[in-house]
Amino acid sequence: MPLTFNAKIFDDIEKGNKKWQENLDKVFGAKPERLTRFSTVSDREINRIYTPADVRDQDFAADIGFPGDYPFTRGVQPSMYRGRFWTMRMFAGLGSAKDTNKRFHLLVKEGQTGLSTAFDMPTLMGYDSDAPKARGECGKCGVAIDTLNDMEDLFEGLPIDKITTSMTINPPASIIWAMYIAMAEKRGIDRKVLGGTIQNDMLKEFIAQKTFMCPPVPSVRIIEDTVEFGTKEVPRWNTISISGYHIREAGSTALQELAFTLADGIAYTEKAIERGLDVDDFAPRFSFFFNSHLDFFEEIAKLRAARRMWAKIMKGRFKAKDPRSWWLRFHTQTAGCTLTAQQPYNNVVRTALQALAAIMGGTQSLHTNSLDEVLAIPTEEAATIALRTQQIIAEESGVANTIDPLGGSYFVEALTDQMEEEAFDIIQKIDDMGGMLSAIEKNFPQQEIADSAYHYQRQIDEKEKTVVGVNKYAVEEEIPVEVLEIDEELESLQIEKTNRVKTERDNQRVAECLEKVGDACSGKQNIMEPLIDAAKANVTLQEVCDVYRKVYGEYRDPGIY
Amino acid sequence: MNDIVEKVVAGDVRTVARLIRDIDDGMPEVRGILKDLYPHTGKAYVIGITGAPGVGKSTLVDQMVAHLRKRDKTVGVLAVDPTSPFSGGAILGDRVRMQRHSMDQGVFIRSLATRGHFGGLTQSTRSAIDVFDAMGKDYILVETVGVGQDEVDVVRSAHTTVIVVIPGMGDDIQAIKAGILEIGDIFLINKADREGSDKTLSDLRLMIEMDHKKYDRGEWKPPILKIQAVFDKGVAEFIDEIDKHAKYLAETAGGLDFRESKSKVRQELGEMIKARLIEEVIDRLTESGDFDRAVESIINGKIDPYTACENLVLPIVS
Amino acid sequence: MKQKRRVRVMVAKPGLDGHDRGARIIARAYRDAGFEVVYTGLHQTPEEIVEAAIQEDVDMIGLSSLAGAHKYLFLAVVELLREKAADDIVVCGGGIIPDDDIKRLKESGVKEVFTPGTPLDDIVKWVKHNITPRQD
Repeated sequence: MPLTFNAKIFDDIEKGNKKWQENLDKVFGAKPERLTRFSTVSDREINRIYTPADVRDQDFAADIGFPGDYPFTRGVQPSMYRGRFWTMRMFAGLGSAKDTNKRFHLLVKEGQTGLSTAFDMPTLMGYDSDAPKARGECGKCGVAIDTLNDMEDLFEGLPIDKITTSMTINPPASIIWAMYIAMAEKRGIDRKVLGGTIQNDMLKEFIAQKTFMCPPVPSVRIIEDTVEFGTKEVPRWNTISISGYHIREAGSTALQELAFTLADGIAYTEKAIERGLDVDDFAPRFSFFFNSHLDFFEEIAKLRAARRMWAKIMKGRFKAKDPRSWWLRFHTQTAGCTLTAQQPYNNVVRTALQALAAIMGGTQSLHTNSLDEVLAIPTEEAATIALRTQQIIAEESGVANTIDPLGGSYFVEALTDQMEEEAFDIIQKIDDMGGMLSAIEKNFPQQEIADSAYHYQRQIDEKEKTVVGVNKYAVEEEIPVEVLEIDEELESLQIEKTNRVKTERDNQRVAECLEKVGDACSGKQNIMEPLIDAAKANVTLQEVCDVYRKVYGEYRDPGIY
Repeated sequence: MNDIVEKVVAGDVRTVARLIRDIDDGMPEVRGILKDLYPHTGKAYVIGITGAPGVGKSTLVDQMVAHLRKRDKTVGVLAVDPTSPFSGGAILGDRVRMQRHSMDQGVFIRSLATRGHFGGLTQSTRSAIDVFDAMGKDYILVETVGVGQDEVDVVRSAHTTVIVVIPGMGDDIQAIKAGILEIGDIFLINKADREGSDKTLSDLRLMIEMDHKKYDRGEWKPPILKIQAVFDKGVAEFIDEIDKHAKYLAETAGGLDFRESKSKVRQELGEMIKARLIEEVIDRLTESGDFDRAVESIINGKIDPYTACENLVLPIVS
Repeated sequence: MKQKRRVRVMVAKPGLDGHDRGARIIARAYRDAGFEVVYTGLHQTPEEIVEAAIQEDVDMIGLSSLAGAHKYLFLAVVELLREKAADDIVVCGGGIIPDDDIKRLKESGVKEVFTPGTPLDDIVKWVKHNITPRQD
């Protein structure tokens, strides 16, 4: 049933609006509007005002409803933040496993409720610290993990049976997860109680972040192995975090982020069903990861639309019956690409606003960027301010006291509808291309993002879009910010450590384990059990990834600009 | 000057790279160097590869390089990308797909922009081919987007001209057949796993069969191959076809050394004269100011362009 | 018709970091400024970049790094150019690079470093002003 207005009321509203606009035109005739064109960060044009007429087709029960009810526009749980706050999950990783472990202990002591691991580039790309390609990169933008030994150091003294752990890793996600499970089992913890997330979303890597190793088809096959294994063996684990974050960071619009992310989700779901899994067995363990960018209302509308769309997709397209399959649960990170090196303290304010949007959008967990992230890995002080930002929003501002506080706003509701409609159009286009894997092969999302990124940069250069401290209110003096340095010696220490493991382990067993991994790769057997055995035998990350590369080949950058 | 020639013949990478830049930039001093290099050319086998954007030419070239290297052949690659008509700049991105060969001393990859000068691309690319030839590359692969006449001319001067298409281009094939298809010695249907590859194959076959009288006379009949360059499927067979075509040229078409083929020399010399004439004439007219004055006069209605052209050209050629 | 020298630049992504938004945007901006831009794509070693730059006879190499390995990677490029007597090729950098590192990079031969937020036009202007196509 549409909102409580009747047709007569809409007529009056439209007449009133017309009159108001005409009067306003006169005012602006004398002194024009501030801008010739008002648009969001994503260059979506925005009206002067929104009225009930803009949401006249909306049906409260069917389109908005109550939190915890289909289609979940207002949130996936009935209680939302009235029950408990979102998980404050700060991404951390630097230097050696021992260094990062120290940072984890600090964050937990400061009140953080979940762990999130950043790995260094060699680990992310499937290389050990001693690989020639890893020179100069060890521990630079995250922690270096070569063997189970490093994994054990990373979580030393942390209650991994109680705390959930998120691990941002993609091509080698399977082996990292295997190391984590092996580490837990060595401590006597049952894999069934482990909770956490591996990012494990390769499609967005081909689309946006470009951390890739093998071609798309085998990459997705490995992912489906982890999905299948998780469904049966590690039921509390989110086997995949379908990520729009990186799509946005690569320069997409909010709409493209929404559409491409859900299209990725559709692709993973289709592949899992093809494998013979029941959608209701695995879909509840799919989680999502979105960006919270600068344009406050557009971001909130995006998150609300995403929830509603996923519910419709799962229920309608995939015939899921379990309501938990319909839930779009997501982590959010504030937009790293909006931070500026100029006047870096302004970044605290940007991050606070973006965090607020994520919370108004109903996120399940949140990472707030540190003010110095545009300069280097955050210092402890900067990371603490970022965490405090979340705590102030949660516990001082009162915004978490009412669920979906912007529900019913003509503007936000109209924007939510509009984004949903347009995103479904893009998904249709991708379906017509034969799905996301084919679209990637045709470079469709890559090209769309490249175009948007360039358009936005040009708008900044033309000063159509303002970046405070950069193209407006710039100053000569820069406030010096203390920057964290990663010890250059770390690389040789880490290499030494890995070499020690390699000489002390049973190399006969290693060879056997790797052979089994290779057999699983080229055959149909699920890869995960052989990987866990390999992890326990101290096989290195690269040794496993070399098997992947050998069996499946390497994917190389198609170079879209 | 002799120093440069010596270094090129010795295969010095920096010297070759700089010389190609000088050729491309139209530096007059390169003429002398090219004259001295000429006796060192004529050994390389030149393959031209053309096709519409997105058909996978660069990926194919990358795989060809890998195969030729396995046979211990050295390779030079010229990858031509279009210049932006708006800014005069260009993004030369073909190299991305071939970068894995950049550390291989037996491979030299050079990106060129079309730059849009009258016939200049043809001339500068041919000169660059000569330089690679003189430096001792066994094979020279020239990749262009087959759109302009210039680019067609470039690949046409190769020993073997390869046309790459992808499935689903049926109608386009009809449209371009007059221009490009008739120059192909080998046709490749890349991304052949895609829907419609059989249709593309039969379309191409039909078109080639139209010339059956030629083949009856023993002329080369272009083979059509389905490949998937990205997975290296069909590339080895493709290279075997190149070998067959080379053998055909050697045995029947007047030999592999085009410098000994009357028709080729006639064609190339003609084009060289054309390019050189245009260059000299326009230079002279620009320097004297006559060109700009004529433009002004046409704009002001004092003269029509036909008369202006006659006035400019006749005194020079007579 | 005499041709003018054109500025030829290389945009390169050294190391394992895949964040190529900046590199791709810069490549387009250079093209729109009338330069010929050779793009190497991702995941290049310093050796591969230098070899490519020499084969392409570029006037400048623009390196982009967002994952903290700039010191090793940028300096390796500078060093290799020197070894190959090709240090007339100017090296610039961009990305997430702290002030102290910028100082060190510049002292060691990196000509300029651009941090996030630098307008494209400023970068293009800098290139036009500081990079002249090879004259000899």
